[in-house]
Amino acid sequence: MMRPHRSHPLWLAYILHRLSGLALAIFLPAHFYVLSLALTAPNDLDGFLHWADKPLVKVAEFGLVFLLAVHFFGGLRLMAFELLAWSKDQKTLAAASVAFSFLIAASFLLRAI
Amino acid sequence: MAFGSNTLDVSVWRGDADGGKFESFQVPSQESQTILDVVVWIQQKIDPSLAYRYACRVGMCGSCAMSVNGQPRWTCRTHVQKVLRGRRVEIAPLRNLPVIKDLATDMDPFFEKWVRAEGVFHPTLTRNDEIARVSPVDQRRVEADAAVECINCAICYASCDTVQGNPDYLGPAALNRAWTLVNDVKDGKRSSILEAVSQEGGCHNCHSQGSCAKFCPNELSPITSIAGLKRETTKSFFGRG
Repeated sequence: MMRPHRSHPLWLAYILHRLSGLALAIFLPAHFYVLSLALTAPNDLDGFLHWADKPLVKVAEFGLVFLLAVHFFGGLRLMAFELLAWSKDQKTLAAASVAFSFLIAASFLLRAI
Repeated sequence: MAFGSNTLDVSVWRGDADGGKFESFQVPSQESQTILDVVVWIQQKIDPSLAYRYACRVGMCGSCAMSVNGQPRWTCRTHVQKVLRGRRVEIAPLRNLPVIKDLATDMDPFFEKWVRAEGVFHPTLTRNDEIARVSPVDQRRVEADAAVECINCAICYASCDTVQGNPDYLGPAALNRAWTLVNDVKDGKRSSILEAVSQEGGCHNCHSQGSCAKFCPNELSPITSIAGLKRETTKSFFGRG
């Protein structure tokens, strides 16, 4: 259960940034392994790409792109706050970065289906 | 004053540095009652051994901060009706500070960090000099003014998960104080302050979770001050500050 002092937008933006970064770090080795199949085992890669056309994998890809987008824009938000002239409207920007991430992830999903 | 018909079910943390547990008290509900009123009532009417700290009762001294229903608050300005869950309220000592007894915490680590952050004024003039003129619209003065009303209550310090995870971290209040001095044209050791706040445990440890600004009872924004320190120390590192 979330502790009461953490229930505010900026803390949620922080934890979302952390967890998305962690999930992407776990995903990357698998990503590089699949890419390496192009050189080491092209037939296996073709099989994998065929499998990746399944709807469930497409939904998972949506999640992946969402993680990437939320981490990317969360990082931009942090750099903007810390290195540029600081805006008091952090909450709005945090929400906007999440919304924009959703937009990108959703457009990716629409293209995929 | 006549008691209201309702009774509050108040859980108060009792114990010391070695540990403790919550103890339940029934307290008459009154109109415009504050959390500090509840604590005082328990100590005066039920258990005189209850330890806590307060002084001014009007939100100026910063000594009565406690954890109320899991959130750090200044208890003298926190109305019971605003934080009540059903008829229950839970009162505990501030997080991230050693407990002396019951609701009273040891503030020494908190103030030691103010000194470590060079949060002390470094004068350049004597009493024989003219009073320095500082324009209230000067950009640096505006930055300092926005952060200067801290009452040292340690609520930001108690709300900060970075303090919890890293006992070396100077914390929002000390860094906020350092930021006011960095922007004070009368302070003679700007570079020493920037040096102090860029050490291990300094401003770059802040994860920008923003709990300090969320809970500051004076509506200050230590996260803003810390971001300012991050910028100034970065400029200083590249020889531009």
